[in-house]
Amino acid sequence: MTCIEAHGLHKSYGSSVALNSIDLNVAEGRILGLIGPNGAGKTTLLNAILGLTSFSGSLSVLGRNPWTQRDQLMNDVAFVADVAVLPRWMRVSDAIDFVAGIHPRFDRAKAEAFLARTTIKRTSKVRELSKGMVAQLHLALVMSIDAKLLVLDEPTLGLDILFRKQFYDSLLNDYFDHHRTIVITTHQIDEIQYILTDLLFINRGNLVFGCSMEDFDTRYLELIANPAQLAAARALKPIQERQTFGRSILLYDRVPREQLLPLGDVRTPSIADVFVAFVGDPNQPAPYSPPPTSMPSSYTGAAQ
Amino acid sequence: MTPQTDALPTSFPEATRTATARRVPETSRLFWSLRRELWENRAIYIAPLAVAALIILGFFYSTLRMPAGMLISTTVDTNGVVTHTSHGIDPIAPYTIAAALIMGTTFLVGIFYCLDALYGERRDRSILFWKSLPISDLTTVLSKAAIPLVLLPLLTWVITVVTQSIMLLINVTVYHARGIDTGPIHSGLPLTQNSLMLLYHLVAIHALWYAPIWCWFLLVSAWARRTPLLWATLPPLALGVLEMITLRSGHVFEFLKYRFHGPEGSDVYSGGQSMSMQMPLSPAHFLATPGLWAGLALAAVFLAAAVQLRRYRNPL
Repeated sequence: MTCIEAHGLHKSYGSSVALNSIDLNVAEGRILGLIGPNGAGKTTLLNAILGLTSFSGSLSVLGRNPWTQRDQLMNDVAFVADVAVLPRWMRVSDAIDFVAGIHPRFDRAKAEAFLARTTIKRTSKVRELSKGMVAQLHLALVMSIDAKLLVLDEPTLGLDILFRKQFYDSLLNDYFDHHRTIVITTHQIDEIQYILTDLLFINRGNLVFGCSMEDFDTRYLELIANPAQLAAARALKPIQERQTFGRSILLYDRVPREQLLPLGDVRTPSIADVFVAFVGDPNQPAPYSPPPTSMPSSYTGAAQ
Repeated sequence: MTPQTDALPTSFPEATRTATARRVPETSRLFWSLRRELWENRAIYIAPLAVAALIILGFFYSTLRMPAGMLISTTVDTNGVVTHTSHGIDPIAPYTIAAALIMGTTFLVGIFYCLDALYGERRDRSILFWKSLPISDLTTVLSKAAIPLVLLPLLTWVITVVTQSIMLLINVTVYHARGIDTGPIHSGLPLTQNSLMLLYHLVAIHALWYAPIWCWFLLVSAWARRTPLLWATLPPLALGVLEMITLRSGHVFEFLKYRFHGPEGSDVYSGGQSMSMQMPLSPAHFLATPGLWAGLALAAVFLAAAVQLRRYRNPL
C-alpha cells in the first residue's frame, strides 16, 4: 500500500521556489532517508506531508489530503519536527498524562519503559532537563505512539554520538515493524545508512536522486585509481572524480566490479560520497559531471 | 547495508496493534486541553487567590486594630439605655471593595492570558509539539477561549464568595469580642442574594458582554509576530484618534466605551452606592440588548479567524 503519494507537489514563498513540482511515491513499510543541504526544501516537503503548510499539486498521505484532512490524519501520524519543542513548563508526568489522555494510539506502558532506561525524573520540568534528556523524553513519547507514519526531522540534532547510535538502534529494533513507514532527515547521513530501505536526495526544491538501498548497494562503486590506470578508469565514465592525498577517487554507477578491479582499489561508497556527486560539494563549487543516468525529477519507492 | 530482518520487531504483535487504537471522544480532548492551559498558566488561579489572601489579612488586621470610636457611635436615650451602633466607616464597603479587587485581578489575568495564548506557543516553538498530536485547531482555540469565557468568571465568583464569607466571619467574631453591635453588617449584607447577583454580573458582563474583547485579544495573539499587547490596543485607539481628527466625530471611542462599560444599567458597583449589589438590568432586558448579540456574533467571527490563523501560522 502507498503511504505517501505526490504529483506535481509545488510550494513557493514569494518568488523563491521551495518545492518544484515534485513527484513522490513512498510505499508502506519503508524507512526513507531524505537528504539535502540546508534550504533544499526538506522541511517544506515534510511540512506539506504533515499538513503544516498549504501546497499546490496533489499530495496524499495514508489516503488523505494532509492540508484539508489534517485532524483525522494526525491520529495515524507521529512526528518530531525539531528537537527542543517540548513546552518548557511541562512536567514529565504531565506530558505522559496529556498524550495518554488525548492520543488514541499511545501506549503508556511503553513510554514508561522507555523512560525507565533513562535518568529522567517524572517530577522534573522540561526546562530542568538537559538537551539530551529533552530529546529522549520527546522520542519516548513519539515512539510509544503506534503510528502508521513517523516523520523525524533532524531527530538527533545536537545529541552526542552514543545517544544517536542508541536512538537509531532502538528505532529499528523496538519501533519499526514493516507496517510503519518512517521518514528521516538528518545531516549525519552515514549514521542512518544501515537502517534505511530507501534514499532520496533533494536539492533546490527538486528531487535529484532516489533509489532503494538494495539498488544503491549494487549500483554504486568507488575506485581509488592507480595513477597509471587513471586514463582507463576515466574512460569508464565515472559520475564523479575527486582528489584525496594526491590520488583520484572515481565514483561509478552501474559499472561491473570486475571491470574496475584491475584499475585500483574498489570499495562501496557511503551515502555521503554519492550525495556529494549528485548535489555537489558546497565547499567546492567546482562543476560536477552530471550523472549519465537520467536525473529523476520523480522517485517511486521500490514496491514491497 | 539493508536492515537486518532478524533484528525486527517483537514489540507490537498484530493483536496489540489494533487494541491500542482506542476511541478518544472530543470532550476528553477538550478537557485535557483545558488542563494543559491551567498547567501552563498558573497565574489564572494563583493571582486571584493571592489577592484574596491579602484582602483577608488586611481586613483582619484593620478590624482588629481600628479604634472603636471609628466603628461605633454611642447613644444614650432618654431612659438612660446605652446603645452602640457602627458608623463612620461604612461596614459594607470592604466587602464591595474585596469583590471589585478580585474581579479586577481576574480581568487583568484574562487580558494577559488571551494575549499570550496563541502567541507564546509560536514564540517557544512548542506549537510544533501540540500540532504533532491529534487535537484540532478548533479544539485548541475553544479550550483557550473557555478560560476567559467560562473558567475565569466561575473562579472569580467562587473566590469572591469564599473571601466574603471569611471576612464576615472575622467581622462578626472580632466585633463580638470587642462588644460592638454586628447588626448593621447582617442587615446590610444579604450574602446569598449578593453572591447570586455577583454571579449574574460575572456571567452577563465578564463572560458574555466582554466576549468580543476576549476573542479579539485571542485573534491578535494568533496573528501578531511580536508585541501582541500593542497590536491589540493601539490600532483601535489610533482609529479613534484618526476619526476625531478627520471626521471630528467620536464613534469609535463611543463604541469602545460602550463595550467596556456595559449596557445601560448594568453597573453593579457604580459609585459605591449599590451596596445590595442590585443590578438594575433584568436578565430579560439584558438578553434583549442588540449590543449583546452583535458582540457575540463578532466574538464568533474573531474565534473562527483565530482558528484559521493557527492553521496557517508557523513558529516565530
